[in-house]
Amino acid sequence: MTLLQIEGLGISFGGLRAVNDVGFSAKPGEVVSVIGPNGAGKTTLFNMISGVYLPNTGRVLLDGQDVTRFESHRLARKGLTRTFQNLQIFQDMTVLENVIVGFHLAERGHLLADILSLPSTKRRAREVRTKAMDLLKRVRLDKAADQVAGNLSYGSLKRLEIVRALAMEPRVLLLDEPAAGCNAVETEEIDSFIAELAASGIAILLVEHDMKMVMRISNHIVVLDHGEKIAEGSPEEVSKNPEVISAYLGAEAGQDTPSVEREVANADG
Amino acid sequence: MKSNLKWIQLAIVFVLIIALPAFFPSGYYYRVGALIFVNALSVVGLVILIGYAGQISLGHAGFAGIGAYACALGPDYVGLHPAFSVILGAVVSAGMAALIGKPILRLKGYYLAVATLGFGILVSMVLTNERALTGGPDGTAVAKLGLRSWLKDAGIKLSSGEFWYLVCGAVLLIGVWIALNLFHSATGRAMRALHGSEVAARTVGIDVAQVKLQAFVISAVYASVAGSLLALQNKFITPDVAGFMHSIEMVTMAVLGGVNSVLGATLGAAILTLLPQVLTIFAEYEQLVMGLVMILVMIFLPKGLLPSIAARLRGRGE
Amino acid sequence: MDALMQFLLSGMTVGAVYALVALGFTIIYNASDVVNFAQGEFVMLGGMTTVFAHAAGLPLPLAAVIAIALTALVGVALNKLAIEPARGAPVVSLIIITIGASIFIRGAAQLVFDKQLHRFPSFSGDEPIRLLGAAILPQSLWVVGGAFAVFFGLWAFFTKTLTGKAVLATANNRLAAQLVGINTGWVMTLSFSLSAAIGALAGVLVTPITLVAYDVGVGLALKGFAAAMLGGMGNPKGALVGGILLGLLEAMTAGYLSSQYKDAVAFIVILAVLFAMPQGLFGAKHTERV
Repeated sequence: MTLLQIEGLGISFGGLRAVNDVGFSAKPGEVVSVIGPNGAGKTTLFNMISGVYLPNTGRVLLDGQDVTRFESHRLARKGLTRTFQNLQIFQDMTVLENVIVGFHLAERGHLLADILSLPSTKRRAREVRTKAMDLLKRVRLDKAADQVAGNLSYGSLKRLEIVRALAMEPRVLLLDEPAAGCNAVETEEIDSFIAELAASGIAILLVEHDMKMVMRISNHIVVLDHGEKIAEGSPEEVSKNPEVISAYLGAEAGQDTPSVEREVANADG
Repeated sequence: MKSNLKWIQLAIVFVLIIALPAFFPSGYYYRVGALIFVNALSVVGLVILIGYAGQISLGHAGFAGIGAYACALGPDYVGLHPAFSVILGAVVSAGMAALIGKPILRLKGYYLAVATLGFGILVSMVLTNERALTGGPDGTAVAKLGLRSWLKDAGIKLSSGEFWYLVCGAVLLIGVWIALNLFHSATGRAMRALHGSEVAARTVGIDVAQVKLQAFVISAVYASVAGSLLALQNKFITPDVAGFMHSIEMVTMAVLGGVNSVLGATLGAAILTLLPQVLTIFAEYEQLVMGLVMILVMIFLPKGLLPSIAARLRGRGE
Repeated sequence: MDALMQFLLSGMTVGAVYALVALGFTIIYNASDVVNFAQGEFVMLGGMTTVFAHAAGLPLPLAAVIAIALTALVGVALNKLAIEPARGAPVVSLIIITIGASIFIRGAAQLVFDKQLHRFPSFSGDEPIRLLGAAILPQSLWVVGGAFAVFFGLWAFFTKTLTGKAVLATANNRLAAQLVGINTGWVMTLSFSLSAAIGALAGVLVTPITLVAYDVGVGLALKGFAAAMLGGMGNPKGALVGGILLGLLEAMTAGYLSSQYKDAVAFIVILAVLFAMPQGLFGAKHTERV
C-alpha cells in the first residue's frame, strides 16, 4: 500500500531547471533514499515534497490525497515532516522545549485556555513534557534537557532535530543528511535509530552522503543527477547501474572528496 | 518546575506594587507609579510580539490611541460606561490588529517595521484631523470612571493618585500573569519557535501566519488597555498618545529592560518613565538621552538590562 | 487646468526632495543592508547648519558647503559609532539603533540650534516664474534640478568610476570584495558620507521653500522611505521615480481630496506597495533559501 506518491515533480529557478520530472513512491516502514552528486537537486526535491517550495509541475500524493499545494504546516497535520541539512533548531529555547514544540499539534488547545492557563492547558503540558523526556532519553539527551539548545554540540543537535520531528508522530519523515558532520559512533547510532523508526511503520525519505549507511538501510534508492532521475531500484541494482557510476565519476572526478563510486562499490561488496 | 519561575516573577511584581508606596516622598509619586504601570503594560504586550514572536512593531501607539479615544468617545457617542469603553477599545483594537495584521505580518524586518509605523501614523493622523469627533490636536476630555466615588460610598476612601496606582497595578499584574501563562503554553512556545526558525516551526504543524497574528492581536489589546487607563486617569487625552514618539518609547522601554523578559520590560518601563520625572532638567535632554540609550543598549547589552544582569550573576555563581 | 498644472509643479518640487532622501537611503542600503531611519535628520542638519552659519555672517554658498561637509561627517560618525559596532546584529536591533540615532541627532539639534522655524533667502529671488498658466518659484527649479543632478552624478559615479564600482562590489558581496582587495571599511565611510551629503544638499535646497526646524527629519525620512520602497529598495532609478511619483500623489491629494490627509498618502502608498508588489517598481525579486 503506497503512502507517499511523487509524480513528475519539477521546478525552475529563474529559467534554470533545478529538478525535472522526478517520481517515486514510498510505503509505510520503507526507507527510500535519494542520492546523487552535489547539486543534483536532492534538497530542492525535499523542499518541494515538504511544502517549502511550490513545484512548477507534478504532484505529491499522501494517502492518495493531492497535497501538492499544501504549506508545510498543513502537511505536518497530515503526518509528513522533515529535518534540515543545515540544522533548523530553536536556538534560544531549551532542549526540552524544542521537543515539546514538536508536540505542538497534540498539545495545542484554545488560545484562551493558554492565556488563562486553565487546568486543561496544564494537564496537556504535563503529559507532553513526560513524552518529550522519553524521546530525549532515546537519544541520550535527557541530561541536557534544560540547557539552551544553542549550546549543544553539532551531533547532539542533529539527534535533537530528529526527535523533534518524531514528537509529532509522523507517518512520513524526510531526513536531509541526518549523519552529516557526525562521527562514526554517532553515525552508527543514527543509522540504527532510522532502522528502528522504519520498523515502527514510518515511511522514511533519506538524503545522505554516507553511502555505506545508505546501502545498508535503504529498501529503495532513487538516483538524481542534474535534477533528473537517472536510476532507481534496490541498493544492489543501483550500485551496479553503469549510468549511476558514471554520473558519480563525472561529478566527482578531480575532486578531493572520496569517490562515491568507490563507496558504492564497497558497500556492494 | 518552570511554573515556579512564573509564580516567583508574579510575586516580585506584586510585592513591588504593594511595597513601593512606603518609599514615596510625596503623594505625587502615586501618579508616577501609575504611569509606570501603564507603560509597563503596553511594553509587556510588546514582549509578546517582539520578544516571543520576533515581530517588530513601530506603530503600537496606534492601538494605545484607539484604547484612549474609545474611553473619551464611548460614553459620549455610544452611551457606554467608561469601564465598558475600555472593553470597546480593546475589541476595536483587536479587530483592527487582526484586519491589518493578516497582510502586514507576511512582511519581515524593515518592511514590517515601516508598515506598522505607517499604520500608527495613520491612526494619529485621523485622531488629529477629525476635530469634530476627537477635538483635534488639542485633545478632548474623558469622563470619570466613577468607581472611586462608588468605593467612597462603600466606606473605602482613596485619593485619586492612590486609586489609579492600585487599579493600574492590578491590571499590570493581570497582564504579567497572562504573558507568563502564554510563555509556558503551546501557543507561546509556537511563537518563540517561529521566532527561532519559521520553516522548522511549520514542519511541526505550527500555522506561522496564525500564530504571528495571535501575537499581534494580543499585544494590540495590551496597548489598547494601557491607552484606556491613561485616558481615564488623566481625564484628558491628546493625539500624542498615538504618536510615532510614543511607539518608539514603548519599543525602547522593552529593549532597554530586555525584550525577551516580562520582568525586564517592566524594569525598562520603570526606568524610562522615572528618568524625566526624577530629573526635571532632563526635559531638555530627553530626546538626546533616549536616543543614546537606544544605541548603547543595542550595542552593549543587546539582550537588555535584566537578562544581561542575570547572565552576569549566573556566570559568577558557576 | 491651471490648477492641475500648479499641483504638478508643486508635486515635482516636493517629490524631488523625497527623491533626494530616497537616493540617500539607497546608497546606505546598498552598501550595508541597513535601512537608515536617521536619513531625514541629514536633511534637517543641512538646512539648520546653513541657517546658523549664514546668520553668523558667512555668505550663503559657503554656509551651504560647510553644512554639507559637517553633515557628511555626522554620517561617517553614525556608521563608525553606531552601525559598525552592531554589525551582524538582528534587523530589529539595527532598526532601533538608527531610530535611536535619529532621535539623538534631533535632540542634539534642539540643543545646539533651537526649536524655531527658520529659513534663508532663496538662491535666485522669490519672483514666481509663469509656466503654462501656473506659477513656480525659482527655488523649486533649484530643487528639481538638484535631484536630477544628484541622480546623474550618482549614475556616473557608480558606472564610470573605479571607486563607484568598488562600492557596488561591496554591496553585492562584502567578503568577495575584501578578497579582491577592496577596502570595504572605506567604502562604508564613503557611502555614509555621500548619503549624508545628499541629504544635507536636499535640506539646503528646500529650506527657502518649506522652512526648517529641528524636528522635520522624521517626516522626511518616512516619505523618503516610502519613495524608495515604491521605486524598489536599493535601486537609484526607483528612488528618483518613486520620490517624484510620491510628491505628485501628495500634491494631487492635497489639491483634490484633502490637504489634511496629504501626509497619509505616503503611508497608504507604503502599505499598498508592500501588499501588492513588495519588490516595488524597479526592484529585484528575492527567493528565500533554506
